[in-house]
Amino acid sequence: MNFCPEEVLEHIFEFVTSHKDRNSMSLVCKTWYQVERESRYGVFIGNCYAINPVRLIKRFPRVRSLTLKGKPHFADFNLVPHGWGGFVDPWIKALAKACPGLEELRLKRMVVSDESLDLLSRSFVNFRSLVLVSCEGFSTDGLAAVAANCRNLQELDLQENDVDDRRGHWLSCFPESCTSLVSLNFACLKGEINLSALERLVARNPNLRSLRVNRAVPFEMLQKILIKAPKLTDLGTGSFVHDSDSETYHTLKSAMTNCKSISSLSGFLDVASCCLPAVYPLCANLISLNLSYASGINGNELVKLIGHCKKLQHLWILDCIGDDGLRVVADTCNELEELRVFPSDPFGPGNAAVTEQGLVAICSGCPKLHSLLYFCQQMTNAALITVAKNCPNFIRFRLCILDPVRPDPITMQPLDEGFGAIVQSCKRLKRLSISGRLTDSVFFYIGTYAEQLEMLSVAFAGDSDNAMLYVLNGCKKLRKLEIRDCPFGNMALLKDVGKYETMRSLWMSSCELTLGGCKTLARKMPMLNVEIINENDQVEIIPDNNDRQKVEKMYLYRTLVGPRPDAPDFVWTL
Amino acid sequence: MVNHFPGFETFAMDFKETELTLGPPGEFRVSGRKSGKKRGFPEMLDLNLSGPNGRRNDSGAQLEQEASSSPKSPAAKEQLVGWPPLRASRKNAMRSGGSNYVKVAVDGAPYLRKVDLQMYISYEQLLKALEDMFCYFTIRNYFMEPMNGYEYVPTYEDKDGDWMMVGDVPWKIFVESCKRIRLMKGSEAAGLEPRTPPQNAVMEAAEEDSG
Repeated sequence: MNFCPEEVLEHIFEFVTSHKDRNSMSLVCKTWYQVERESRYGVFIGNCYAINPVRLIKRFPRVRSLTLKGKPHFADFNLVPHGWGGFVDPWIKALAKACPGLEELRLKRMVVSDESLDLLSRSFVNFRSLVLVSCEGFSTDGLAAVAANCRNLQELDLQENDVDDRRGHWLSCFPESCTSLVSLNFACLKGEINLSALERLVARNPNLRSLRVNRAVPFEMLQKILIKAPKLTDLGTGSFVHDSDSETYHTLKSAMTNCKSISSLSGFLDVASCCLPAVYPLCANLISLNLSYASGINGNELVKLIGHCKKLQHLWILDCIGDDGLRVVADTCNELEELRVFPSDPFGPGNAAVTEQGLVAICSGCPKLHSLLYFCQQMTNAALITVAKNCPNFIRFRLCILDPVRPDPITMQPLDEGFGAIVQSCKRLKRLSISGRLTDSVFFYIGTYAEQLEMLSVAFAGDSDNAMLYVLNGCKKLRKLEIRDCPFGNMALLKDVGKYETMRSLWMSSCELTLGGCKTLARKMPMLNVEIINENDQVEIIPDNNDRQKVEKMYLYRTLVGPRPDAPDFVWTL
Repeated sequence: MVNHFPGFETFAMDFKETELTLGPPGEFRVSGRKSGKKRGFPEMLDLNLSGPNGRRNDSGAQLEQEASSSPKSPAAKEQLVGWPPLRASRKNAMRSGGSNYVKVAVDGAPYLRKVDLQMYISYEQLLKALEDMFCYFTIRNYFMEPMNGYEYVPTYEDKDGDWMMVGDVPWKIFVESCKRIRLMKGSEAAGLEPRTPPQNAVMEAAEEDSG
């Protein structure tokens, strides 16, 4: 194809947006590599330490949309100490200098400072979209800077971040000239906001499609918002508590009746059951419903609400719905594609209100189900086998039995056969989390059958190193493996060191790894960063005979840029 | 910090070696775990995961209970770091939202009930729910109805252990301070004074069984 002008190539490449496809294209030949890199606008970096800002910008000088992920997944569950890393600051600094055309930034599990947000807000004239998921390190002052300075802001989406809320009227910092908002989500903020500023903001942004407010926004505001945002398709309520006999309540209910466009509903961070009927008018059109923070709604009320939602495709709910409630979901929501059931009492493993029966019911009634996250009290092999038969389309299957070593309560057997059935039947499975009493057998099944598996999460499972080896040898597409509290040691770690270069990362905590084993791996594989997290001075590095010391937390990842310069004292790159 | 003890460094090094740990001497270990031992979930916990009745945990082994009769504090249940795998924002939401179940005793009834005060937003709702629950009588509504003609008066025990009339304080304050509810026979409550509950053998037996 060396007679094809580059302009034509570039035009053709415009139609290819998937970064995986783009990566493949760049490997074809030098010309394709050059054309591709100069025309790549959306860059996805799954591990911010696999590359550095300078090299990124050098390769993709025209980047307009950047996605960065920082800390390992288990950081969500407090397994990664504060200060570990994932700082976005150097990225924003480098981009501010070299890529003034930046339009979008999406960050997950990164540390963001107010200074970074301020710099961001002043450096990119066309900046239009900021999405922060599970990030920390910033306050509402940083948000105020973004609101005030980003003239063309369309999207500000804050999901489950840990934000220092200084109650400083950040929302009021959106200037009168801001009329471009399409999506605004501040549900995770804890502080008060200026309600009349919110009302005026909604009124002057006619293209607003998605609005998720926080707990401080009271029931009375909703009706005002709905009237002023006719294009709204996604609503997240704040506080949903009011006297159901009041005029305010009835006014809202009428307003809801006129909202034909809302297809996604969430919030209910404070809720009184008596107010729920106000949203019944929306239910017939709902595609997506997230009640997973609504701990004030009991099972019966949940069931009544969901009974109206025949078109539902995505449901996030608490386990107080119970197995019976899930049967109603199965009868009603035949279009269901994604289900997440969270525990309503996470500190009491005996208190979960759903069991294997709820799951079986769902899978019988919802053949389109492909994504599941299910916290439950117990699971049986028979149930999992039934699920595997009825729902062979799972792409994501995450099961969390609250007592993590609980066997099948009926047969007292491990759950190997059940999960084995899942991986054998679900040929498109990409993500799997297993729990319950599990032996090496389940890993054998995973290695043998889970050919498309990209991410595996394991806790308190397995009997020997063989388990880990089955997975490493068998799952050719494995990218992320995270393991905690399993009896896997150096033998498993070192058997096939080349495997880790085909993966994004490996996390192992509370296993049987020793310092010596990790050192050996680091020595053999210079393209990996093998990091030890050494909290509380567990491991002493000075004495020479310390190789037999157990390593509590190890995180390794492939990288092009060697040990990271920002590692704190308690992180050692071997 | 200036240390005034001569030989302090030596002391510090020896201290670690004399530290009490499990297992035979001479074996190097980190954070109290024995090297080479397969870590099992039950060993991770100091306290029994099972409920206050001390049922066997499901892997078949009876876990050691440090204090089998004392109630499990919330802190104890969280001993396993990072389990269940939930984001902090979800765990916190559960903690604050959650439920607030209090016992409801009715004079003369053979057993108690429990209501979740967080389910209601006003006294009216609560009293209506209690009426539905104990449907064979009517409860005096503090705000609306006179004392006469009603059989039962709602009272509650607050955090200080005093028995109060339901309805005196704002609803939200009531929810925070109410520990248990007693529907008192109207004739006894005529004096409108807080009083200690009567010696009722049936009620006490029922309480012990459900405690």
